[in-house]
Amino acid sequence: MTAATHAPSSPTKGLASRLARAMPMPAGAGMARILVERNIMGFRHGWIALVTGFAEPVFYLFSLGIGLGGLIRVVTTDSGQSVPYASFVAPALLAASAMNGAVFDSTYNVFFKLKFAKLYDSVLATPMGPRDVAVGEISWSLIRGSLYAAAFLVVAWLSGAVPSWWALLALPAATFIGFAFSAVGMFATTFMRSWVDFDYVTLAIQPMFLFSATFFPLATYPGAVQWIVQLTPLYHGVALERGLMLGEVGSGLLIHVVYLAALGLLGLFGAARRIEKLLLS
Amino acid sequence: MFYATGLTKNFGDFTAVDSIDFEVERGESFGFLGPNGAGKSSTMKMVGCVSPASGGELRVFGQDPATHGPQIRARLGVVPQKDTLDEELTVEENLWIYGRYFGLSRSEVRSRTTELLDFAQLTDRAKSKVEPLSGGMKRRLTIARSLISRPEILLLDEPTTGLDPQARHVLWDRLFRLKRSGVTLVLTTHYMDEAEQLCDRLVVMDHGKIVAEGSPRSLITAYSTREVLELRFDTDDHAHHGDAIAGIGERIEVLPDRLLVYTEDGDAAAAAVHQRGVQPLSSLVRRSTLEDVFLHLTGRTLVD
Repeated sequence: MTAATHAPSSPTKGLASRLARAMPMPAGAGMARILVERNIMGFRHGWIALVTGFAEPVFYLFSLGIGLGGLIRVVTTDSGQSVPYASFVAPALLAASAMNGAVFDSTYNVFFKLKFAKLYDSVLATPMGPRDVAVGEISWSLIRGSLYAAAFLVVAWLSGAVPSWWALLALPAATFIGFAFSAVGMFATTFMRSWVDFDYVTLAIQPMFLFSATFFPLATYPGAVQWIVQLTPLYHGVALERGLMLGEVGSGLLIHVVYLAALGLLGLFGAARRIEKLLLS
Repeated sequence: MFYATGLTKNFGDFTAVDSIDFEVERGESFGFLGPNGAGKSSTMKMVGCVSPASGGELRVFGQDPATHGPQIRARLGVVPQKDTLDEELTVEENLWIYGRYFGLSRSEVRSRTTELLDFAQLTDRAKSKVEPLSGGMKRRLTIARSLISRPEILLLDEPTTGLDPQARHVLWDRLFRLKRSGVTLVLTTHYMDEAEQLCDRLVVMDHGKIVAEGSPRSLITAYSTREVLELRFDTDDHAHHGDAIAGIGERIEVLPDRLLVYTEDGDAAAAAVHQRGVQPLSSLVRRSTLEDVFLHLTGRTLVD
């Protein structure tokens, strides 16, 4: 009987509160979605950003996949399969754009709201807490990222660069990559003092974008360098997407999932803690 | 409504609020008066449950901010020192979303917004973005925003700083209406006239401590005289002229730019000054204000 009365309370809530007890996560009122609502409201006035967020990876796809792909034709993947270059590069572009979108949202946009718009100061004067701010901002960045990823997948599929039905999972995977980068990006942002510090973001993002086995297979690198590449988060994003979109699916993909999940949770926890420290002291 | 005993706030080695006691009753209009850096805003932040106390006891609605922050904040309205309006949104959207932060339903928020836009005299700007609004309008919007949750206590941190005289009077009028409707107002200010207009009772703060407490009138009676004679001289050193008029009035304060003679009868004091053959550049008789109280208590003027 007690079980019946308790059943409707959602299992995710139980999990969240158990997690909250396990880690000293700052308080929230479970109202992160209201911050998402606020962002949607603001976004309606600046919808042009939606267009640019979608356009970037699509431009890359045509330039590299179709243009450069005309010269390269076929690539041998790290699992030994020979695929057209467009099919090889499309998953990487999806992963990279998930990273770029998430990082942009969680660094520039959050920094502006934190330091200049003082948005969170007014939010924290209400029943909402630091956890709501962190979860809300990261969720918002994921919603946007998913829209871009879905649009990109459709274009890639139409242009014939997606050979496998496993690619359907590429969308949640892109969201997942976005989560990891968004959380870490927001965490990093709470340490930034001025716009000058954003050069560090570029410094981290650009080499990852170019060298995380994005445009050529990991096997191209000498052994020691392969190790370094495999430590970077984008490599795991790219490998995950490539596995799914080329249908090279195996339990090995779970390593990437675990890596990204750990990174994301660390970032989320850190971001909430830092917002509490910065704004509620 | 709320009280504090021995309330303290430290930032590292610096003590911003140094063991203060106060109590505020329901429906009262209570002020923290003091110069910049006196600890007013830190105190407000602790009451607003966005800054933990370093020591002492604080209870708001009988609850401890350390453990019941969200519950307390749900019943508070906060008008911060600097407007933190959402510039990406329109005027009405600012009110809508703020109500949503309090967990109100969309329909509830919309009906309250209509009401509050009228109260803040912003109905015709409802669809406008926030950025082009005047300082006074932004301030009124911030106050309207703080009222969306129908708070029992309204915390106003320097509500009219930086506004022109006309905008201040409009704002004071709105605050009066709130007070009449039973909202407990708590405000900080470094303007004497504001404290005298709005506060039933106030504490004077300096260097993190409370140096006096009472109604504006009782403070003036206790720490100042009925009238003040202000004398200006064509000189670099007003202290030098202080000796010439020593003994006139009850007390003389020497400021860099003028002399203040505290007296029950300003005109009589002016006549006495004249009789001694002292020729000031200008002389002015005025009623005593809280500024005089502050000057007497701390030896300094409030603003700069």
